[in-house]
Amino acid sequence: MSTTPPTPEPQAVIDAEMARIQTDADKALADGGQEELQPRRDYPPYRSSDLRHPKRPLVAAREAFTELRGPVFGVTDVTELDSDLTRQHHGEPLGERIVVTGRVLDRDGRPVRGQLVEIWQANAAGRYAHKRDQHPAPLDPNFTGTGRCLTDDEGRYTFTSIKPGAYPWRNHQNAWRPAHIHFSLFGTAFTQRLVTQLYFPGDPLLAYDPIFNSITDERARQRLSAVYDHDLSSPEWSLGYRWDIVLDGPSATWMEEGR
Amino acid sequence: MRPPTPSQTVGPFFGYALPFAEGGELVPSGHPGAITVHGVVYDGAGQPIPDALLEFWQADSAGGLDGGPGSMRRDPVTGTFAGRSGVGFTGFGRVATDADGHWTIRTLTPGPAAPGTLPYISVCVFARGLLHHLYTRVYLEDAAGDPLLDSLDADRRATLVARPEPHATYRFDIHLQGSEETVFLEFG
Repeated sequence: MSTTPPTPEPQAVIDAEMARIQTDADKALADGGQEELQPRRDYPPYRSSDLRHPKRPLVAAREAFTELRGPVFGVTDVTELDSDLTRQHHGEPLGERIVVTGRVLDRDGRPVRGQLVEIWQANAAGRYAHKRDQHPAPLDPNFTGTGRCLTDDEGRYTFTSIKPGAYPWRNHQNAWRPAHIHFSLFGTAFTQRLVTQLYFPGDPLLAYDPIFNSITDERARQRLSAVYDHDLSSPEWSLGYRWDIVLDGPSATWMEEGR
Repeated sequence: MRPPTPSQTVGPFFGYALPFAEGGELVPSGHPGAITVHGVVYDGAGQPIPDALLEFWQADSAGGLDGGPGSMRRDPVTGTFAGRSGVGFTGFGRVATDADGHWTIRTLTPGPAAPGTLPYISVCVFARGLLHHLYTRVYLEDAAGDPLLDSLDADRRATLVARPEPHATYRFDIHLQGSEETVFLEFG
């Protein structure tokens, strides 16, 4: 299988690589280069990207009739309980209860209505309910960590969950992912498909994380950070975070109102 | 224009969240019009990728692109996936690769969605290590007159055309990198 180096590299090696790439990116931007709105697919500090990104340039799709439409979902594809990750088992999960809400918009600022949002995450101890995650943190019998909902007429989604813990991984020695929630979103066109991760404001691990820092533009990185919103917090119940999402790619503008 | 929310990798642990019952069965087994499309996803060292996720979106057999809900029906009694109804065609499929990097879908031959183009199945590729998903297309036959295919040289063109096999089956491998690298698309 893949070639793992005999001794894991220290964080300092990854930090130095990330800093070098960041300096070059900052210089390119200062010299009038285009903002890099998306992560680099080729980002060597994230070791798994090495053999998994195309080396040839992407090809402009001609006549993208099919991709300018996309799958539709409806009330059969979600149940009401799917958006509350704290009520999927007999007991209460451990951890800090949170509500995460926001709007899904296209690049013109129009709400994406009635579309599917899916999330998955680690539990409060940083452990995924996945057999391949065997690191020594406890599983929570009352928490699976998956949810889904449809956006409302304003493009809004809302999930109730618990705050995920930091997660150790093997990119390098002593590698820790910042707390994050995986998000999967659909727009009106297949071209707007998005899979991304929500991060929490002020997480000290962000600076050490090659996945987060594969986005070399500081403003673009900030777009992955939820905002703590005290008005969304409920007394003696939960803390509130707001995160609006803008889908990239051309949208199916000509039939948007019909959906 | 608002700046987009950046992508991040799907990571290694989507398997308990995103795949759903009958995700690759766009039509039921035994459907008279069913075709099987399958293949392997490879990395730049030629190794199969056992943790990729593929999504498929396509026209119905008449070329219609309206799709329909019900790809991932939920059972409100058990809180699990109920499977597709077997009636209607949603145009959407989702499958994870297995330990051999292999995937399979059962679907309908897409009809022509637009004049002057060949029908195809749109594919979106996600994987650990892939920081931003990739789009490609499965063409079930090659012929002159498709704007995308005609813009490619012969080697590159061949990466988008599935190879017919017996029993209405087509083989379509995806190479994320390397000498056989698949053509991946961007949309302006």
